[in-house]
Amino acid sequence: MDAQQHPDAAARPVLEAPDIARVLTRIAHEIVERAKGADDVVLLGIPTRGVFLARRLADKLEAITGRGIPVGSLDITMYRDDLRMRPARTLARTEIPGDGVDGRLVVLVDDVLFSGRTIRAALDALGDIGRPRAVQLAVLVDRGHRELPIRADYVGKNLPTSLRETVKVQLAEEDGRDTVLLGLREPAETAPVREQ
Amino acid sequence: MKRHLISAADLTRDDAVLILDTAEEMARVADRPIKKLPTLRGRTVVNLFFEDSTRTRISFEAAAKRLSADVINFSAKGSSVSKGESLKDTALTLEAMGADAVVIRHHASGAPYRLATSGWIDGSVVNAGDGTHEHPTQALLDAFTMRRRLTGPDDGLGRGLDGRRITIVGDVLHSRVARSNVHLLATLGAHVTLVAPPTLVPVGVQTWPCEVAYDLDQVLPKSDAVMMLRVQRERMNAAFFPTEREYSRRYGLDGDRMAKMPEHAVVMHPGPMNRGMEITAEVADSGRCTAVEQVANGVSIRMAVLYLLLGGNEPAVATPAASSRTEESK
Repeated sequence: MDAQQHPDAAARPVLEAPDIARVLTRIAHEIVERAKGADDVVLLGIPTRGVFLARRLADKLEAITGRGIPVGSLDITMYRDDLRMRPARTLARTEIPGDGVDGRLVVLVDDVLFSGRTIRAALDALGDIGRPRAVQLAVLVDRGHRELPIRADYVGKNLPTSLRETVKVQLAEEDGRDTVLLGLREPAETAPVREQ
Repeated sequence: MKRHLISAADLTRDDAVLILDTAEEMARVADRPIKKLPTLRGRTVVNLFFEDSTRTRISFEAAAKRLSADVINFSAKGSSVSKGESLKDTALTLEAMGADAVVIRHHASGAPYRLATSGWIDGSVVNAGDGTHEHPTQALLDAFTMRRRLTGPDDGLGRGLDGRRITIVGDVLHSRVARSNVHLLATLGAHVTLVAPPTLVPVGVQTWPCEVAYDLDQVLPKSDAVMMLRVQRERMNAAFFPTEREYSRRYGLDGDRMAKMPEHAVVMHPGPMNRGMEITAEVADSGRCTAVEQVANGVSIRMAVLYLLLGGNEPAVATPAASSRTEESK
């Protein structure tokens, strides 16, 4: 897809590149504040875009604390609860930093928080990898409509949406530019099967 | 990917690379404290083995269990098959038990194909070796081992074996491993050379996507990987070579021969090995021999195959775009 063109004409940007940068800086400061220095923080991004966000957050945390922050990725595909609703999916990379997650403060990073099912799967996946001291969640956009008792600890932007709307995050690493787009579903898709 | 895995020749390049890439992720599970994934919970995998096997059956069993599937092992010995039950009736029994996948090894070439196309069962059929026909998961794990050794676990992702020179040596006539490997390696872009005594080269080999040579010493210096095949005495009903000593002198791999291979080249063996026959202990125990690695990789490959066949509501099709997670999947 041409990154310069909106896939659907109705989509309008709600966050632009400078907003995303500012929001990530704020979240990084919040993490340092709440973790009292971020000594034992491990950032785990959820593929695809959560991984890029986690790396950006790690850079900002390093700038603040002057220390290297372990950052990795956590693929949740094998833990999804809707695997049988679609053809088998391609797996993404799980990369746990060398020192593991045992006894650390793990901050999961994703781009959009919606039903909460992805995070449920991520918690299950994390449980098979180790036993963190605590797990927190950072998201760029919280669009509501939770289906599970899950909330984010750090939110870039709360974006009240209707189920007819779509939220699309684009990041330079993957899509060539930074933006968050709010659009409308195609009429044919107005009653989609809700997934994770 | 199709619903069944019967032949390595059925796999497209995209399918094959998808399986290898998936296996690479599965291999990482083996390094974790909890070597188990919940993905195939509630699915039943039947290992239907009409022929002796240790590593393949254990490997499929380990793979299915690591994915949390229920495993039923069925071996012909000690079952109703020894009372004369037909493949059809055995299949209908398994279907009645609700098998989601049947992993079959059979002494008759074509048995898995029959099982998959007869309509006797609804589940996926995975060929774990049929007669002298094919053994696709062995070829996949061989290709996986080569890609890891020659290109690297991470650098190899998304890639085939383009331009690699693979030599397969020995009893090609009786080898389903060789047949599957020739097809799969050619699909992945490798150049395959078969080296065997003329009596152990199958009829019709000129239609295979490979070359045939009879002098091992000429081929070795140009090989990136050398795969030694077991001499399958149990399938030999005629004299294919004068003596074992002569065979091993001309087609066996010993330390001197191994020294002729390029520095980076690896020695492979699908097992079980006949030490002293096609491979000497010196070579088998050297760091260049990947036999044990192949067994470990076999579990990863079989996890990948079972996941791609059973992990969704239908088997995975050709790889979708890298970022297949859409907005509504949060």
